[in-house]
Amino acid sequence: MTAGARPVAWIRRAPMFRDRTNAIASVVLGAAIAYAGVGFVRWGIVHAVWSLPEDAGSETCRAVRGEGACWAVVAERLRFILFGTYPFAEQWRPAAACVLFVALYAASSVRRWCNWRLLALWTLLPSAAVTLLRGGLPGMPVVPSEFWGGLPLTFLLSTVGFAVAFPLAIALALGRRSPLPAVKALCIAYIEVVRGVPLATFLFMAAVMFPLFVPEGRTIDKVLRAQAALVMVIAAYVAEVVRGGLQAVPRGQYEAAASLGLTYWPSTLLVVLPQALRVSIPALVNTFIAFFKDTSLVTVIGLFDLLGAARAVIVDAKWVGFGIEVYLFVAAVYFAFCYGVSRYSQHLERVLQPDAVIDQGSAVFNGRGRGDASHRHTGRQQVVRRSARPA
Amino acid sequence: MSDPRTRAVVAQVLVVVGVAAAVSAVAVQAVINLRARGIASGFGFLGRAAGFEIAPGPLEFTSRDTYARALLVGLHNTLRVSLLGIVLATLLGTAVGVARLSNVWMASAIARGYVEAMRNTPLLLQLLFWYSLSQALPAPREALNPLPGVFLCFRGLFLPALRGRAGYPWVALERPVLAGFGFHGGTSISPEFAALLVGLTTCTAAFIGEIVRGGILAVDKGQGEAAAALGLSRSRILRLVVLPQALPVIIPPATSQLLNLVKNSSLAVAIGYADLISITNTTLNQTGQAIEAIALAMAAYLVVSASLSLALNAYNAAVLRRGGSRA
Repeated sequence: MTAGARPVAWIRRAPMFRDRTNAIASVVLGAAIAYAGVGFVRWGIVHAVWSLPEDAGSETCRAVRGEGACWAVVAERLRFILFGTYPFAEQWRPAAACVLFVALYAASSVRRWCNWRLLALWTLLPSAAVTLLRGGLPGMPVVPSEFWGGLPLTFLLSTVGFAVAFPLAIALALGRRSPLPAVKALCIAYIEVVRGVPLATFLFMAAVMFPLFVPEGRTIDKVLRAQAALVMVIAAYVAEVVRGGLQAVPRGQYEAAASLGLTYWPSTLLVVLPQALRVSIPALVNTFIAFFKDTSLVTVIGLFDLLGAARAVIVDAKWVGFGIEVYLFVAAVYFAFCYGVSRYSQHLERVLQPDAVIDQGSAVFNGRGRGDASHRHTGRQQVVRRSARPA
Repeated sequence: MSDPRTRAVVAQVLVVVGVAAAVSAVAVQAVINLRARGIASGFGFLGRAAGFEIAPGPLEFTSRDTYARALLVGLHNTLRVSLLGIVLATLLGTAVGVARLSNVWMASAIARGYVEAMRNTPLLLQLLFWYSLSQALPAPREALNPLPGVFLCFRGLFLPALRGRAGYPWVALERPVLAGFGFHGGTSISPEFAALLVGLTTCTAAFIGEIVRGGILAVDKGQGEAAAALGLSRSRILRLVVLPQALPVIIPPATSQLLNLVKNSSLAVAIGYADLISITNTTLNQTGQAIEAIALAMAAYLVVSASLSLALNAYNAAVLRRGGSRA
């Protein structure tokens, strides 16, 4: 009746005040969060130093240490964090390369283009990005790969790594399910060894062992070596995702193909693989996110990807001790990208669920009925789970 | 060639010969290069004195000890942080998973925010962040002193410890005392170890939390309702009815997360904790024996991974057997 009744009704419908337990918890936990939030706002905004005058030292920042953040370090070193040691005048090129990569991801989410066009895009756009970074065309002086760094290097290593590893992964997954025992044993050994050791060992291997594998006098450049190590590792993990997809294709599909007189390769390439890849898409996207994050490990062998460049900033005597600010900024960049892609992957998972694809013949997807969200993020765990689950 | 069996044999021979040829070509090249650089291959370097120091830990080590001993110390450090991390991540992960499904909106919202933050940033970044945070702590002289005898500064966490003294039949509580640039006495946790442990635990717990949540959701809703109808309290329903039935769904993917934790402990190399990979890296830089050192590290990780996964698979089998007899 009164004007005051409306907000009360709204509050009672709000989830945090549904019942007494919720109301008490909301007040207690809310107060704790508010306390932390106020502390963060005081540190991160109120007492923060946002910029420093040209050529000034970091004394202003050091004076407020502990009370206020020093965002000036991010402001001053932004181009270095984003593009590493790439020549300053040419930095439009790595920026354009980043745009190309983001365009590639955006185009990959257009379901109408989910065919040969995607294959073409995943070949063309990364090549174009590499050309931009390397240069050599008129008006673009050559920039050797030791100057590449920052965000484009992160995009490059993860995207090219995934694109090159994908066909290898399909071969490994098919090999692991091959009726030929020698092929099967080789594939199992490769996949299990790679998945059993840390990525860091492979990166060190690339850094120190690969030079031993080429004839004296020749060198493989550092970025290429790290890329090769990433490809070797990504292939093993993606192979397990593809294997999960292959297992989800019902036996009837194989049998139907065989009864039509198709031999192994035609039935695999035309009947089984397309269905298997289709059901693997969400898990593939999750694996991509996992490796997008894991690409940051190349910092341990001295490459300056997004995280490596951030680490390099605080080595500088002027900025020693301002790691928290730099890392929070880089975390925000990673988060924006990974969160966006993972939301898209969750959407895909719903769209590609068994019931939703009646028009494609729902029988194909019967092997994947499930409703939990436990394996939303890493394809690795999803596959291990499927194969580790007792029959 | 028209006979499928002949074709199968030919195909396998071709694949095996191809792989063997590629591997031996690489090996021959490596041997040529090693000879050219005057590096003797083999594991003889393991018996030589290492000549570098390792931050003090539970195992004694001086620079006069051998490389073999150094690698052993590294492996011990890896196992120490991994096993502690596994226990803590399992506990925290279960709590996060339960909180995600809590009726209390605020608790599930916090758990969700936590999970998203952990899963969408690189673990290496999280480790560097925790390490930076530890280095932002005050100096030993201004150390935080939250409890008597407990000191927290950028050199680590210093705690009282029980020590037996020579000549006395009892043990005494020894408190750390400020001395020089640090603390003496008691026991301590280095900032590197703490940052690595916190990073591995919080990150893995987020993934385990999602697995636990999925496992609980996979349990038939009627089970909880039936238990509630019998008058069980909410916590007992969770502990006695829902979680045991969720275990078979939780264990296999959680196993792979715990294996990831062990492998991810290798990121210690970025913050200067002397784990197996850091020591391997130092060893191969000093001796040039890259192939041997990396092969040893890989073999060690494979053995650890295989043992852990065997142990957890045995646990899984036990859980399934128990579930089978009850049904």
